[in-house]
Amino acid sequence: MAHKKTNMVSLEEGGFAIFLVLLAFACIIIAGKTFDQVMAFHAGIGALFAAVSVFLIFKKYFDDGGEPIPAEIGGKPNYNLGPIKFGSAAAMFWGIAGFLVGLIIALQLAFPVLNFDLPWTSFGRLRPLHTSAVIFAFGGNVLLATSMYVVQRTCRVRMPGKILPWFVILGYNAFIVIAGTGYLFGATQGKEYAEPEWYADLWLTIVWVFYLLLFLGTIWKRKEPHIYVANWFYLAFIVTIAMLHITNNLTIPVSIYSTKSVIVWSGVQDAMVQWWYGHNAVGFFLTAGFLAIMYYFIPKRAERPVYSYRLSIVHFWALIFIYIWAGPHHLHYTALPQWASTLGATFSIILWMPSWGGMINGLMTLSGAWDKLRTDPVLRMMVVSVAFYGMSTFEGPLMSLRSVNSLSHYTDWTIGHVHSGALGWVGYISFGALYCLIPWLWNKKRLYSLRLVDWHFWLSTIGIVLYITSMWVSGIMQGLMWRAYDSLGFLEYSFVETVEAMHPFYIIRALGGGLFLLGALIMAYNLWMTVRRGEAAEADPTAAGSLAAAE
Amino acid sequence: MNETYSAFAGFAQTWGLLYFMILFGIVLAYALWPKNGKKFDDAAQIPLRED
Repeated sequence: MAHKKTNMVSLEEGGFAIFLVLLAFACIIIAGKTFDQVMAFHAGIGALFAAVSVFLIFKKYFDDGGEPIPAEIGGKPNYNLGPIKFGSAAAMFWGIAGFLVGLIIALQLAFPVLNFDLPWTSFGRLRPLHTSAVIFAFGGNVLLATSMYVVQRTCRVRMPGKILPWFVILGYNAFIVIAGTGYLFGATQGKEYAEPEWYADLWLTIVWVFYLLLFLGTIWKRKEPHIYVANWFYLAFIVTIAMLHITNNLTIPVSIYSTKSVIVWSGVQDAMVQWWYGHNAVGFFLTAGFLAIMYYFIPKRAERPVYSYRLSIVHFWALIFIYIWAGPHHLHYTALPQWASTLGATFSIILWMPSWGGMINGLMTLSGAWDKLRTDPVLRMMVVSVAFYGMSTFEGPLMSLRSVNSLSHYTDWTIGHVHSGALGWVGYISFGALYCLIPWLWNKKRLYSLRLVDWHFWLSTIGIVLYITSMWVSGIMQGLMWRAYDSLGFLEYSFVETVEAMHPFYIIRALGGGLFLLGALIMAYNLWMTVRRGEAAEADPTAAGSLAAAE
Repeated sequence: MNETYSAFAGFAQTWGLLYFMILFGIVLAYALWPKNGKKFDDAAQIPLRED
């Protein structure tokens, strides 16, 4: 805001405070009147979070006297780093939680006794907890934190608002808490990657709209005339996720006091919308958003510009126009019309082009600087990530073909494919970004230990290889056993025989997951020590100012 | 029912294809236009120029 309102509560502070007070009261009423214990618990959490937020808004107001935060200090942008620090720390926390739950459910498949015969610890409830924790909690916080950082740095301007960025990052994490505890207590829509129930979805929609406004607001205020390509990918991610989330969650609650809701369409239409959502969650959450990270952090770390800016433009437009059509390949041999499943497969094959174009662009950024891979394990991690991106985007279109899909679908091959993308691509590019970001945010010269990054790299790479290869063998074996007939035309194997045959591979997979988790724990220690013990970078008035402002 | 499908498919296979090709052509022209070269070289430096 241009004019100073030294002693008045700003419109932003007052608006958020009123909204949160109303929300707190609504939550208390719902918690008091509901017949649904999960709803009572969640409304209670909502009331608590809202009330604490109102307290924090006013505490901040009284602490700094409502003084507006300067957008520039000494002619340099006064970047807002506080919410980014929170987001990176939250990403690391949720990442370890999510990897741990993944390891537990991998062990449950190998040793069913680990389900403990309790509803809360059963595979069916822990599995969505794992997927949401790694995708939305870990990946989401990485995307929120890096997008806030990249958009500010590449636009050379402080992001707007005093409360707004905090509302976005804390509101998103409140959604994670509501969604995650909901799964454990059995509140679910039963839609893959869209399990949270209607009230959590509604809350996420509000947070997401503010996120879009925050991002657009920063671009609007930019000092740099050109909008850097990473911001295009972030924007596509934010806008498309909003569209997908709203459409796939058009549900009507049974009652405002109930956690249950019913979707407005049914049958194959619902399945089609679900997989249109599901595949584009991969395309726009796990791909477009992380490609934005690739386009900023790899050039930054390699200290050279992206290989071809022209290719990045073609990459962007081709990717977003083609990805959106690929969803039906999840529904081969179902009630979905064959033309729709052919359409999905065709567009998946076309996706080879932008995917590999992007991969080549990322890898070739290293041209002339390949020697850095030997000395810099962080850069190595990001380059291996892009290689995994190339590998999984090659494998995916193949699996989308009906003939291949008839063997691979419903088997562990799919699980292996997903994890080569998730652990290799999304995991490694996120680790690389966090290894870059933490020293920058806390104004440190370098990481605490590059040797530990090396350990992390090798342990988790061996982990990923064990994971993927065991699932390939297990999945193809499983698919072949299912379709094996004897000379009389009877099925050769009963279902339980396939399960028995997969047991060794489940153990190898759990071992791989364990190594990946171990690597992440080493990373968390390394980052913690960087913040605590790292050598301070030389005095930079910008960074110092933003540190003070973040408190 | 069948006619709806064939009309829809016919539309998609002609105009849909054309629409995509034209859009792709516009993107290619924008990206490869010689005059834009300097602007893009400059834009590629944005992450490295800060601080």
